[in-house]
Amino acid sequence: MQFQLTEDQQMVQKLARDFAEKRLAPSVAERDEKEEFSRELFNEMGEMGLTSICFPEAYGGAEGDVLSYILAVEELSKVDDGIGITLSATVSLCAWPIYAYGTEEQKQKYLVPLVEGEKLGAFGLTEPNAGTDAAAQQTVAVADGDDYILNGSKVFITNGGEAETYVIFAMTDKSKGTRGITAFIVEKDMPGFTFGKKEHKMGIHTSLTNELVFQNVRLPKENMLGKVGEGFKIAMSTLDGGRIGVAAQALGIAQGALDHAIKYSKERVQFGKPIAQNQALAFMMADMATKIDAARLLVYRAAYLKDQGLPYSKEAAMAKLYASDIAMEVTTDAVQVFGGYGYSREYPVERLMRNAKITQIYEGTNQVQRMVISGTILK
Amino acid sequence: MDIVVCVKQVPDTTEVRIDPETNTLIRQGVPSIVNPFDKNAVEAALQLREKYGGKVTILSMGPLQSKEALKECLAMGADEAILLSDRAFGGSDTLATSHALAAGLRKMGKVDIILCGKQAIDGDTAQVGPEIAEHLGITQVTYVSKINTVDEQVIRVEREHEEGYEVIEAQMPVLLTVVKSINEPRYPTVKGTMKANRKEIPVWTVDDVEVDRDALGLKGSPTQVRRIFTPERRVQGEMMQADTAREAATLLVKRLVEIKII
Repeated sequence: MQFQLTEDQQMVQKLARDFAEKRLAPSVAERDEKEEFSRELFNEMGEMGLTSICFPEAYGGAEGDVLSYILAVEELSKVDDGIGITLSATVSLCAWPIYAYGTEEQKQKYLVPLVEGEKLGAFGLTEPNAGTDAAAQQTVAVADGDDYILNGSKVFITNGGEAETYVIFAMTDKSKGTRGITAFIVEKDMPGFTFGKKEHKMGIHTSLTNELVFQNVRLPKENMLGKVGEGFKIAMSTLDGGRIGVAAQALGIAQGALDHAIKYSKERVQFGKPIAQNQALAFMMADMATKIDAARLLVYRAAYLKDQGLPYSKEAAMAKLYASDIAMEVTTDAVQVFGGYGYSREYPVERLMRNAKITQIYEGTNQVQRMVISGTILK
Repeated sequence: MDIVVCVKQVPDTTEVRIDPETNTLIRQGVPSIVNPFDKNAVEAALQLREKYGGKVTILSMGPLQSKEALKECLAMGADEAILLSDRAFGGSDTLATSHALAAGLRKMGKVDIILCGKQAIDGDTAQVGPEIAEHLGITQVTYVSKINTVDEQVIRVEREHEEGYEVIEAQMPVLLTVVKSINEPRYPTVKGTMKANRKEIPVWTVDDVEVDRDALGLKGSPTQVRRIFTPERRVQGEMMQADTAREAATLLVKRLVEIKII
């Protein structure tokens, strides 16, 4: 068993770390305050190739592995996890299903620009009345000659409004439940495709979350992803991978919070000594570090399994469940280490604690992760 | 156009400490980086290649771990990198270093432009670049902030001053040292990084170059470091002016509140 990153992985990690420190860190507090998504920063990431890491060269990729990509999400998320999830949404939730299920034409047309970072991607499954219960989809796609006509809406869509390429799920046969769901690739400027309200969220302000509205959007049948009725399978396998991305986001948030807590506790002097010298705080930080390391091993293992082409659904669920739970704990403790200053927006741990919460919710709530895990072990 | 950039791997000076016993930098546990000004030199070289074509080679002298720095420059887009590494080079001051680098450059054959950062952030001497040019007997321009035009005979550059800049025409081949304002170094790309990682970096020892061994290492170093110390930090005061004492007091209190002293 190997517990060391390869030289390639270390170099991608360093690249993402340098970018996060030099380009994201100076403006993250301001973008958070203004609830501002920066397309410019995303484009810079695209130019660097952070969107290309785990795809083959034939589609513009860097031929790296999934773990390298996960390391990049983690590093970005230490500083600005809103940008981390922006990357995860475009790579894991949009580019990946097109890579895995798309035709060669679809890959050339839609995957290549996503991999090259020229376009931003998004994924639309959730609806106002169909969250975990995906079979309750009210978005419908009705065949009309060689086309499909799409009607309905999607909510809480990361990168919504800014993304050019969307993987959208819709009912093509209501009588078949989950087997009646079909996936489509929808382009931003297709007539009838509009955007509803921008969500005002508790955290991850530097990422964009939007409502998608489809009114008689005409989709050529070449835009169907996979086969008729395969949508649910595509959505579930995509979310398996997406969970590793969210787990990496949570891991980055937690590590970022601990790094801040360590630094602050060595500098903050009370009763004549740095507060880090109080065992109560030192032990707290020891626990934080241990939880983070345990989470890291789960996250990296899930990425490794995916790289090896082995089953990883349960392991991805475990990684997401555990990393997000400890991200919430660690960020809460980090705020505690900072005391009153931790509750202030002047210090980054306040933001990290707000942001940690979402990782327990999206890509399947942590209750859903437990359904996935128990479903596998009790089979 | 054949361009060579001389780079140095330096400790990240934001985290540097000095060993009071030996008067040398404590390198253990200090992250190493490519000297920032050298990155500007690499960027300038890449831009020249984009404009005029040719090849960019990176040259460094240092221990084997300097390959890390060379890889970073390859990842930015340089074509080749060569490391001069040998115990015989150890302990070199700027003069001995410039002899070694000049020997490496001679071995490389035809070079049109040699680029260096204006100085390294560890020693801050700004001597190695000019010394190389002297050893090679070529023209040099230091503190270059812009490269205007290049042809086979002549290069036209802007040289930064405290009060402006000079426009200088120099005979090719030429050695330039560049300042920070010349450009914004690009980030390495993921693809470039992975390619750089697979690239062989030749290591030249003292036997591979033609050089007077007495000019190298401690023997070839006239500089003797007697003591290195951290100078006491002197914070510059801030002057405030007002017409009346009352106004001055208001200004002062406002400023003190602003910087959270009161």
